Amino acid sequence: MARQAAGFQSTESYIVSPELALAVNAAVTLEKPLLIKGEPGTGKTKLAEELAAALDTDLLRWHIKSTTKAQQGLYEYDAVSRLRDSQLGSERVHDIANYIKPGKLWQAFTADKRPVLLIDEIDKADIEFPNDLLHELDQMEFYVYETGEQIKATHRPIVIITSNNEKELPDAFLRRCFFHYIRFPDAQTLKQIVSVHFPNLQPKLLNAALEVFFDLRDVPHLKKKPSTSELLDWLKLLLVEDIGPEQLQSNQAHGGLMPMFGALLKNEQDVELIEKLAFMSRRQSK
Amino acid sequence: MFIEFFFKLREHGLKVSLTELMDLLRALEQQVVFASIEDFYVLARMTLVKDESQYDRFDRAFAEYFEGVNEVDIAASIPQEWLERSLQRHLSVEDKAKLKALGGLDELLKQFRERLAEQQKRHAGGNKWIGTGGTSPFGAYGYHPEGIRIGQDGSNARRAVKVWDKREFKDLDSDEELNNRTIKLALRKLRRFARTGAATELDLAETIRATGKQGMLDLRWQPERHNAIKVIILFDVGGSMDDYIYECQQLFQAVRSEFKHLEFYYFHNCVYEGVWKNNQRRWQEQIPLQEVLHTYGSDYKLILVGDATMGPYEIAYPGGSVEHWNEEPGQVWMERLLRQYPKAVWINPQPQERWRYYPSIRMMADLMDQRMFPFSLEGLSQAIDRLL
Repeated sequence: MARQAAGFQSTESYIVSPELALAVNAAVTLEKPLLIKGEPGTGKTKLAEELAAALDTDLLRWHIKSTTKAQQGLYEYDAVSRLRDSQLGSERVHDIANYIKPGKLWQAFTADKRPVLLIDEIDKADIEFPNDLLHELDQMEFYVYETGEQIKATHRPIVIITSNNEKELPDAFLRRCFFHYIRFPDAQTLKQIVSVHFPNLQPKLLNAALEVFFDLRDVPHLKKKPSTSELLDWLKLLLVEDIGPEQLQSNQAHGGLMPMFGALLKNEQDVELIEKLAFMSRRQSK
Repeated sequence: MFIEFFFKLREHGLKVSLTELMDLLRALEQQVVFASIEDFYVLARMTLVKDESQYDRFDRAFAEYFEGVNEVDIAASIPQEWLERSLQRHLSVEDKAKLKALGGLDELLKQFRERLAEQQKRHAGGNKWIGTGGTSPFGAYGYHPEGIRIGQDGSNARRAVKVWDKREFKDLDSDEELNNRTIKLALRKLRRFARTGAATELDLAETIRATGKQGMLDLRWQPERHNAIKVIILFDVGGSMDDYIYECQQLFQAVRSEFKHLEFYYFHNCVYEGVWKNNQRRWQEQIPLQEVLHTYGSDYKLILVGDATMGPYEIAYPGGSVEHWNEEPGQVWMERLLRQYPKAVWINPQPQERWRYYPSIRMMADLMDQRMFPFSLEGLSQAIDRLL
């Protein structure tokens, strides 16, 4: 058995916790799908990209929407265009294979090199969706009824599945996966993550910004807590606008709203809440 | 191998299966981890537990199997938010005024944390340390106007060493308090899609069939799918329900966003001849319950939310209401409601272990044909199953 990724670790552009690295390595070694859950913006999708880059292989993304059907991942039979061709008298119409379009799973099964298949946000789909994929993910094969073909994986692809927990997934499906819950990184890890993205950031600004950021996450009753990706966006804005650590700290001390708050707060009720808190602390300090 | 561990997990209510145990053993055989108990912990968790709400149970089982220690680091396990929220709920207006005189909420919380850090040993009685039964502002089973009540099992601060002993996923356990999101998740089960309204979507299957029959392209359309479930929800407000305002708000927000056909009304303690929609104008704008019964058909599902904690006469006798003179007993109105809406449940935020101390809860549960459920994730799912 190929233990090709036994050493998946933090890369130059992506920091993984040791727990997550272990989970990924176990899933790769045992050829099991890995189900990743966690707060939005903790790098679930990014993980698949980085894994594909680390293994130097292709990444196939299958983005799930509320209307996605399991069948679309296998193949689609384009009946309408065949119908049209038949009315126009085209030659193609005699071979049904001309109208079978392979889906992401098919592509993953027949790839030359063991690819990474990302099934993104599986919880967005219909409740039955995961059940319809049980056999395909377990045995890595399926049958094409129209042509009588049996598609079987040449290499079992590495399957990464992400979920935002909007729907519970069925037990039978969960039993076939490994599971990891990405927790929100602590200050230390977050510093590492930031320095990977902004290597030239002044340590003083970083400290001040992280302080503001964690304070903000600690505010109770926020509708949407800012996450890692929002922190990175915010830092980018701070750099572009050339806002110094002094200004951040003075805003903080005087209870003002942080500069560029739009990058961190995505809900007008949250902005209002923070403004109110800021107003109260301003009044207290007077 | 690990058979005992496997059964220990099942004992703790984790539904681990044999396939998953095999996966774990195979992973060990492949030497994914080697001679590190922490790595083993992570590996066992990812193969055996598939839901972060079960992580806490796993941690407890793991600790029990490996060391038999399950104490918690209290300083790490009391989140700020939890303290503030429960404080604000428990305080009356006068308490808040007194508290202000003593330096405000922040000051109190600061003191609390400082004292928590100072205190090393278990403590009961006395007036300074955090403990049980004293007059210190901090602790359980005691009273102090600006006191903080801590959970009764959290009176002892202790150094914790291992990851699983910290039990950081405790608040994700499904037996713990509900939040808006978990309620929404539970409510999603209550979905019955139906196609109604204007035909705007292409019906592919029907188009193909019609085209095949006719020999040329014949487009067919169908209406969009919507959640067809209709819900009436009645909230008990005021009095003993004040303790559960937060939970009710969360439930209210969740149902509002989930159902297209939703009607809600308020009542106090027991349902009588009138309900209302606006708590400020409840005496001016009462809506006769008869009107509600006549307006909404029996295909509506009825959810009652209340603690059913009252005097038994409030249910059984005319004039029993604490607020007004009711001609007919609450019981009669309840029966009318249930006759019109056979699919009904009562959700009771009062902890289930206390139900047996209140005769009124038993009466109400009998009236409801035992369709009374606790306000927990588990209870909510059971209630929804009964509604379908």
